[in-house]
Amino acid sequence: MAGVESNAEGLRRDGRLERLRLFGLSSPALLMVLVILVIPVGWLFYVSFIGADGQFSLENYERMFKRKSYARIFMTTFQVSLLTTGLCIAIGYPLAYFLSQLPNRLANLLMITVLLPFWTSLLVRTYAWLVLLQKKGLVNNWAISLGLWDEPIKIVHNMTGTLIGMVHIMLPFLILPVYNAMKAIDKDYLKAASNLGASPRTAFWTVFFPLSTPGLFAGALMVFVLCLGFFVTPAVLGGGKVIMVSMKIVSNIELFVNWGAASALGVVLLVITIVILWIASRFVNPAAMTGGGH
Amino acid sequence: MLNWLKNPASEAQITHGQRLWLYVFATIVMLLLVTPTLIVIPMSFSDSQYLEFPPETWSLRWYKTYFNSPEWMNATFTSLKAAFLTMLVATPVGVVAAYGLHTSRVAWVRIAFMLLITPMMVPVVLVAIGAFYVFVKLSLLYSLTGLVLAHSILALPLVVIVTGSALKSYDMNQELAARSLGAARWKAFVTVTLPQIRFAVVTAALLAFLTSFDEVVIAMFISGGDNPTLTRNMFNALRDQIDPTIAAISTIMIGVTTLMMVLAQVFGRGSGGK
Repeated sequence: MAGVESNAEGLRRDGRLERLRLFGLSSPALLMVLVILVIPVGWLFYVSFIGADGQFSLENYERMFKRKSYARIFMTTFQVSLLTTGLCIAIGYPLAYFLSQLPNRLANLLMITVLLPFWTSLLVRTYAWLVLLQKKGLVNNWAISLGLWDEPIKIVHNMTGTLIGMVHIMLPFLILPVYNAMKAIDKDYLKAASNLGASPRTAFWTVFFPLSTPGLFAGALMVFVLCLGFFVTPAVLGGGKVIMVSMKIVSNIELFVNWGAASALGVVLLVITIVILWIASRFVNPAAMTGGGH
Repeated sequence: MLNWLKNPASEAQITHGQRLWLYVFATIVMLLLVTPTLIVIPMSFSDSQYLEFPPETWSLRWYKTYFNSPEWMNATFTSLKAAFLTMLVATPVGVVAAYGLHTSRVAWVRIAFMLLITPMMVPVVLVAIGAFYVFVKLSLLYSLTGLVLAHSILALPLVVIVTGSALKSYDMNQELAARSLGAARWKAFVTVTLPQIRFAVVTAALLAFLTSFDEVVIAMFISGGDNPTLTRNMFNALRDQIDPTIAAISTIMIGVTTLMMVLAQVFGRGSGGK
C-alpha cells in the first residue's frame, strides 16, 4: 500500500515539476520586461522622492501642487483627453452602428476605412494633418473657395489642430470594441421590442443602446487612457501651445536634465492610468479592451 | 431608389429613408478617416516647395532628395534593421511565453500575464525614459541592440495576446496524442501545434515589425549617434518646418504598412484571433 501512495506522490511531484518547467518558458519574456521596464520604472519611482540635495524629500511632488504651470499642464491633459474621448464617442458610435447593421461582407469591406488608419504610422498621420491644416493648406484653400471663411484661419499649432489629429488617431480604438459589442447583440431582441409596440427610437434606446454600453465603455476608457499619455500628436500639432504631461516629462529631461521632476510627473501619470484601468477592469472584460471581442 | 427608401432597414421597423442621415454621416466619417493619409501620396509627387494638391507639376524631386541623402538612408536602414530584429526577438520569445502560460497551470500564470502586458499599459514616455536610464548604465545607449530590446518589450504584449488567443481555440489534445505516440514535448509543439497556430504567429510577427518600425518616443531617447531611426529623424524634422521630403518618406511608409496589411490578410486568413 505504501508503495502505491509514494508512487502517486511521485506522479504529483512530476506533474508539479512539469508545470513549473512549462511556466519557465515564459521566463525570457518576463526577464526582458523586468529588466527594461519594471526595474527602471521602479527606479524612477525612487528618484521622484529624492530632492536636489540628494536626500529623501517630497519637493518634486510639492512643486507640482504649488506651481501654477503644473496645474495648467494637468488641466490641459485632462481637457484634451476628455474632449477627444467625447468627440470620438459622438463620431465613432454612429459609424460603428452603421457598420454593425450592414451585411457582413460589406461591413468587412468598409471596415478597411477604419483599419487602414489604425495600421498607418502615427507620425505619418500627424504629418498629413499638419500639411492639410496649415495656413496655405488644403483645408484653408478649399474653405475659402467654398466661401466658408474669407481669410486663411489658424487651425493648426493650437488646440483645434491637436484635437483634430487626436480624434483621427483615436477613432479606431473606439470603433473596434463598440462594433464588436454591437455585432454580438441578438437581433431578435429588437424584433421582440418592435413586436411589443416599441417605435424604432424606443427600441434603440431601451434595448440596443444598453446592450452596446460595455463596448462603448471599454473603447472610451481605452481612448481616454491613451490620450493621457500622448506625446507625438500634441507636440507636432499643438505648436507649443498645448502642453501635456508627457511633453513636460520629456522637456524636463531633454532641456533641464531634471530627473526628479520628470519622475514625479511620470509617477502621477502612471498612478492615474493604473487607477483608471483598475476601475475599468472591474466593469468590463479586459479582453474587450484589446478589441479581442466578447 | 424611392422604393428602397421606404424599405425596412432593420429589425426595428425603421426605413432606409429615416436612416438617410446616418448613411450620409457614416460616408463622411469614413472619407475623413482615409483621405488625410492618402492625400499625402499625390502631394509627395509635387514639384513645389509648398505641397500642393493636385500638384501643378509632377516630379520625383522629393524622392530624389530622400534617396540621395546619406542621413535619411542611414536612418531608413536602422529602422528596417531594428524592425526586422525586433520581429525575430519578440516573436519566438512571445510565442514560447504564450505557450508556457497556456499549458502551465500554476498559480502565478495570471500575474505573469499581467506583467507581460504592462508595456501596453504604461505610458510610452515612461518606458522611454526608463529604458534610457538602464541603457546608460549598460552602455547600450544609441546601439541597435538597445533599440531592439526596448522595441521588443513593446511588441511582446501583442505577440502574447495574439498567440494566446489562437492557443485558446486550439485543441491541446492533439498535442497530447502526439506525445502519447512518443513525440517529445518540443517536437509535438513544433510538428503539431505550431503549424496550426501559424497564422496567428505570422500576424504577431508582422505586428512586432510594425510596432518597431512606427515607434517614435522610445527611439527619440535611445536611438541616435550612428543609429537614429527614420521616425526619430522625421519627428525632429517636423518640429522645425514642413519639409516636403517627409511627404515622400510618408508615402513609402504607407507602402510598407499596406504591404504588411496585405501579407497579414494573405497569411492570416482563417486565423482564430483578431
